[in-house]
Amino acid sequence: MVKHAKPDLSVNIGSLVLKNPVMVASGTFGYAEEFNRLLDLKKLGAIVTKTITIKPRHGNLPPRTCETPAGMLNSIGLENPGIDNFIKIKLPFLEKLGIPIIVSIAAEDDPGEFYILVGQLDKISAVSAIELNISCPNMQKNILISQDARETSALVSAVRRLTKKCLITKLSPNVTSISDIALAAQDAGSDAVALINTLSGMSIDVHKCVPKIGSWVGGLSGPAIRPVAVKMVWEAYNKIKIPIIGMGGIMDTESALEFFIAGATAISVGTANFINPGASLEIISGLKKYMTDNDILNLSNITGKLKA
Amino acid sequence: MEAVQLKAKIISNKKLKCNYWHLEFDSGIIAKNALAGQFIEIKVNNGMDPLLRRPISIHGVSGTKVKLIYEVIGRGTQILSERKPGDSLDVIGPLGNGFEYNQLTKKLDNRKTVLVAGGMGVAPLVFLAEKIKFHRPVVLIGARKKEQVLCSQEFKALGCKVVTATDDGSLGFKGRVTDLLKEFLLENQKTGKPENIYTCGPQPMLKTVAQISHENNIASQLSLETHMACGFGACLGCVVSTKSGYKRVCKDGPVFTGKELIW
Repeated sequence: MVKHAKPDLSVNIGSLVLKNPVMVASGTFGYAEEFNRLLDLKKLGAIVTKTITIKPRHGNLPPRTCETPAGMLNSIGLENPGIDNFIKIKLPFLEKLGIPIIVSIAAEDDPGEFYILVGQLDKISAVSAIELNISCPNMQKNILISQDARETSALVSAVRRLTKKCLITKLSPNVTSISDIALAAQDAGSDAVALINTLSGMSIDVHKCVPKIGSWVGGLSGPAIRPVAVKMVWEAYNKIKIPIIGMGGIMDTESALEFFIAGATAISVGTANFINPGASLEIISGLKKYMTDNDILNLSNITGKLKA
Repeated sequence: MEAVQLKAKIISNKKLKCNYWHLEFDSGIIAKNALAGQFIEIKVNNGMDPLLRRPISIHGVSGTKVKLIYEVIGRGTQILSERKPGDSLDVIGPLGNGFEYNQLTKKLDNRKTVLVAGGMGVAPLVFLAEKIKFHRPVVLIGARKKEQVLCSQEFKALGCKVVTATDDGSLGFKGRVTDLLKEFLLENQKTGKPENIYTCGPQPMLKTVAQISHENNIASQLSLETHMACGFGACLGCVVSTKSGYKRVCKDGPVFTGKELIW
């Protein structure tokens, strides 16, 4: 009988080494406290925090979520305690977990806010990486930074000069060509790109003739968007060299594998956390089993291995 | 006690009347830890549509049994009503904060506690009545019509005084349960007003109960019902306005005091 070697699930995202490629996506996991009793957090590859802004934000008018076919819309509006409270109140719990903590940040009005946030996070050793959320559909005033290649490039290169920490740029699917934006982020010095953020959407209560969520439009997530996300990961993979963190409706091992095969180096579990808090750990075990069953020793032997 | 996720066996799932159903599942750990006012998040099927869990209040516990009452209103609850005894049900619970009350060791002589239930709102209030039966609560139940009045026998068996109100007058007081509450408070002016009002039901009813409690200077606790995405505090989707900002119905509630809510 052939003795199978133990599969290696570790991956590198820039300078960051993850013991496994399964993260939890920003905005779907709070600052992890709520999940403490529902799963063994230490087993996760990394945690991406809910997005932090400089000042505390109250968030958007409720109702903030509604269910849609195999998905959901949300417009939370980046409710968060602000960077200082995050560091003081939320970070100590995350730090104790001993796994990589990726802090997601956003600007409310001016891209310059990113510089202040990065400046502050750069000094904190508990912060393993910074995710630039330039794609939140619920912060939209005119155009999102990630909807313009030049703006993406300008922001990423400015932030790049401020930190040596691993930088991840989170991209919006609400664009004509996501690979152009991914390329701009890569060329400006981003260590990785995370895609996709939610798709802009709307849902209407036909009995009352009103939108189902308070801010009328929101971000669509869940299995409904998965084919869009897989295709965008594949598109970006064909154009860039930096690692892709794939996400969009991942619910289980099979859906996670779609992203790896399309070109993702790591994946993030998002909406599934709300429904099955143990989903990410189930995926870690499932990947191990898939690799063992198929004699795959390293994840790099799956990433981008889509056949013609 | 924090919530757990587990697969629980359905013991029974039966129609009570109209669109109201009664479901019992087996979970010693949830039954042991459940507080009156807490709820369970249920995945009604194994598929991805409907995607989200359904939050349902705990109606009571007995031994290792957890009892729920729910109304079939949409596809999710329709699917739940089709689940059979013996099926395994994916649940997370107990979730949220329960009602606050004084634990008494002997029966009060006078009735100082009023429970106001609208429609499905009876579900958590029966659980509460069980916990506070020594308070000998007065229960005001409101429904659209006689057939939709739920649980009055259960309240009576616990020693509660039950008064019903129906919109069409087919049972008890004709009108809204909030009008019945006003009348009740007027009638009892001389014998002394209640000290606590606990309520659960549709949002407009809760708002009126909070107003009446405030006008009469009576402490009130309201159990809110809303759509939720996660049910355990992570998504920040189910917030409600309070004097100290937005609070999560699922994690900071579902029970709030009338004083803290902003309508």
